[in-house]
Amino acid sequence: MAEIKFNVNGKSQTVNVSPAMPLLWVLRDTLGLTGTKFGCGMALCGACTVHLNGQAIRSCITPISSVAGKNITTIEGLSPDSTHAVQRAWIENDVPQCGYCQSGQIMAAASLLAKKTRPTDADIDEVMKGNLCRCGTYQSIRRAIHRASEILTASNGTARQGGVA
Amino acid sequence: MIGVRKVNRRDFLKTGVASAAGLTLTFALPERLAAQTPGTVAKLNGYVHIGSNDAITFVLTKSEMGQGPLTSLSQILAEELECDWKKIRTEIAGVDPKLYGPLQGTFGSLSVRTSWKPLRAAGASAREMLVEAAARKWAVDKSQCRAENGVVLNTGTNERLTYGSLAEAAAKLPVPPTPATKDPKQFRYVGKSLKRLDTPLKVNGTAVFGIDAKVPGMLYAVVAKCPVFGGKVASFDATKAKAVPGVKQVVQISSGVAVVADNTWNAMEGRRALEVQWDEGPVAKWSSPGIRQMFADLAATPGAVARKVGDAGAALTSAAKKIEAVYEAPYLSHAPMEPMNCTARVRADGCDIWAPTQIQTAARATAANITGLPPEKVEIHTLFLGGGFGRRGGTDFIADAVECSKAVGAPVKLTWSREDDMQHDMYRPASYTTFAGALDADGWPVAFTSRIACPSFAGLNNGVDRAAVEGIADLVYDIPNVQVEYHVAEPGIPTTYWRSVGYSQNTFFTEGFIDELAHSAGKDPLEFRRHMLQKKESARALAVLELAAEKAGWGKPLPAGRARGISLVNNIGSFNAQVAEVSLEKGKPKVHRVVCAVDCGQVVNPAILEQQIQSGIVYGLSAALKGAITIDRGRVEQANFNQYDPLRMDEMPVVEVHVVENHLDPGGIGEASTPTSAPAIANALFALTGKRVRKLPIRAEDLA
Repeated sequence: MAEIKFNVNGKSQTVNVSPAMPLLWVLRDTLGLTGTKFGCGMALCGACTVHLNGQAIRSCITPISSVAGKNITTIEGLSPDSTHAVQRAWIENDVPQCGYCQSGQIMAAASLLAKKTRPTDADIDEVMKGNLCRCGTYQSIRRAIHRASEILTASNGTARQGGVA
Repeated sequence: MIGVRKVNRRDFLKTGVASAAGLTLTFALPERLAAQTPGTVAKLNGYVHIGSNDAITFVLTKSEMGQGPLTSLSQILAEELECDWKKIRTEIAGVDPKLYGPLQGTFGSLSVRTSWKPLRAAGASAREMLVEAAARKWAVDKSQCRAENGVVLNTGTNERLTYGSLAEAAAKLPVPPTPATKDPKQFRYVGKSLKRLDTPLKVNGTAVFGIDAKVPGMLYAVVAKCPVFGGKVASFDATKAKAVPGVKQVVQISSGVAVVADNTWNAMEGRRALEVQWDEGPVAKWSSPGIRQMFADLAATPGAVARKVGDAGAALTSAAKKIEAVYEAPYLSHAPMEPMNCTARVRADGCDIWAPTQIQTAARATAANITGLPPEKVEIHTLFLGGGFGRRGGTDFIADAVECSKAVGAPVKLTWSREDDMQHDMYRPASYTTFAGALDADGWPVAFTSRIACPSFAGLNNGVDRAAVEGIADLVYDIPNVQVEYHVAEPGIPTTYWRSVGYSQNTFFTEGFIDELAHSAGKDPLEFRRHMLQKKESARALAVLELAAEKAGWGKPLPAGRARGISLVNNIGSFNAQVAEVSLEKGKPKVHRVVCAVDCGQVVNPAILEQQIQSGIVYGLSAALKGAITIDRGRVEQANFNQYDPLRMDEMPVVEVHVVENHLDPGGIGEASTPTSAPAIANALFALTGKRVRKLPIRAEDLA
């Protein structure tokens, strides 16, 4: 057992767990943040995707010891009110079906767009092929990522104009 | 059925949190709960509850696993109730055979099909009771009153009364025996692509799935199961498992040895340290090659007759041309994204189950059997299902949790790992099926025979399991002489319903073989099928076939290296045709485009229909291109998504959905499009390469 301190969604957390315990289970069982999902335990499906210092990672294979002192963002903390561009695009396009993989899909898409505001279909394939969806929402996900890109581009444009003014 | 109750704290439903005080964990859509204030709630029937504050609660008896009943069934109720869509909220039903019948569950693409009439009646009768209550209040004839958008209007005075103000009085009135439902031309919710009600919860982590259940004092468990099907625990040593930090107890249950800990990870660590000796039992003698041989041996002998029309034997003997083929399909896992899980709280006087279950009555019966409690003392709390596809009709994961909670005397959340889920599924059965067909001198089919060797799980009637022969015995085409036979082939691998059931393999077989007959006759596959769909009862099948062909540009030139294939199915009360466009990339099949036409009668929500058709196609493509569960000495060889890899984003074709619109009774949609994907691809690959794929999944070496 070890005491580990880290930030989750902007809030400092201290947990006393086995250092090898994956972040996924700390989030779900210890902290009660169940929006992050267990799918495979081997980084094969992406359902457990969260952000570590802004980068998408698979929390199911990330030992909690490696997270000490770092910033984790989960689906619950992506935005306070579901207004992140990706969430807005997901709502507009009614992307989820069963919805179980969607936290991971959204976190992966948000990370992709943070790096590349205007991803091509090939960029989307490259990143999003790591996230399985058994309901087959891929076509909607692709459409929604392009839409989120538009939302981001528009808001960046507004921000820039605002800056100039 | 009808009554008024005071709203108390338990009606302020939390999302998936069982309060210490409340025994029920229902869930609701919080953003629509905010407006709710205390008052009375009148139950106008089993599906419509109306609060004095005008909140309309629809009771959902179907499991939401992505297929959309939360939204589509609400549309049906709202349509007939004439209420304000923005004021509805949802409550998930517990088990209630008096209200909801002896088999409460979600399967067979039946949610809209079986709810269409009862929910229209429930909405309409509630509306008529509200109108009657208003008429009495105003002391006018009810013909002077009209319901619209959550109020009853007095057409003589223009006075209005809200449903909330009328509900208590309405609930005391007799239920109209034959309420008047609307003319489809007047529909304003049904047939519209209303936004899914569950989307807001599914983009911010607040949707509560079975695996997210939280109960005060809950422990976490996993079960070590015998890797061989049917095997038992011979002995176990829990010493090392108990030494793992956080492990509380190690208990033997029917399905194996449960490790119970203070969190899921510690339970998994405890299981890794656990030492179990297994008595593997008789299934250990079976491996995939032996299973295939056993199936093939059976298929070489006459079986139970599933369908007989004319004299197929004589027609084959005298025909101008005879074609024979063998088709095969493997076992398949359902692999929903949410692994099996269940949270159970067993006490002396009752039992609560929080689970992603497809069949609530079966879950309840299982818990009642294990606990010895009367069924009415078992509460089933259905949460969102992270996919189902037939798997969650099983009760094995329910039993695990109930036994475990009973053994340790505490609430237990029991979670299967992905490996548990994949290696202890109940599978889509493998099948080995032979075909023979005969063509007349003009190249038109005169005989069709098939002999199916396939496990049985749905029960036998005169030696025939409908689930094993559907898609062949009910061949959609008009052929004068048909004989279909069936053998139960049973090595002891557990099997069950898998999205689209028998059609999932049999439509691949028949549509492939029909394609073979067409090419053998030198005829265009579309023209060949069209010829066999000329009877009046084939009109809907023919229409979807024509529509898919037209939208796909059948017969029009394609870029070099591409080809099209076509397929057709009539299942779950719907009709579905697909045209797939394929190429080879580095020798591997690549699906570029799937054009799908569907006729499912009255459409409740076109957007959800499109989602479901796309979803079914992706499920079918995964199986066609990648899916196989194989057996080695009674064990499943695949353990996780690296060995049983569903379709991914980079493999996703463009899917187009075209709908034949009508107001016929609704057909199913959840399983409509899964069967036709594999044959459309295989037929396209034949057109491209001249290689006929008769075995799934399609492998590059079969095309070389």
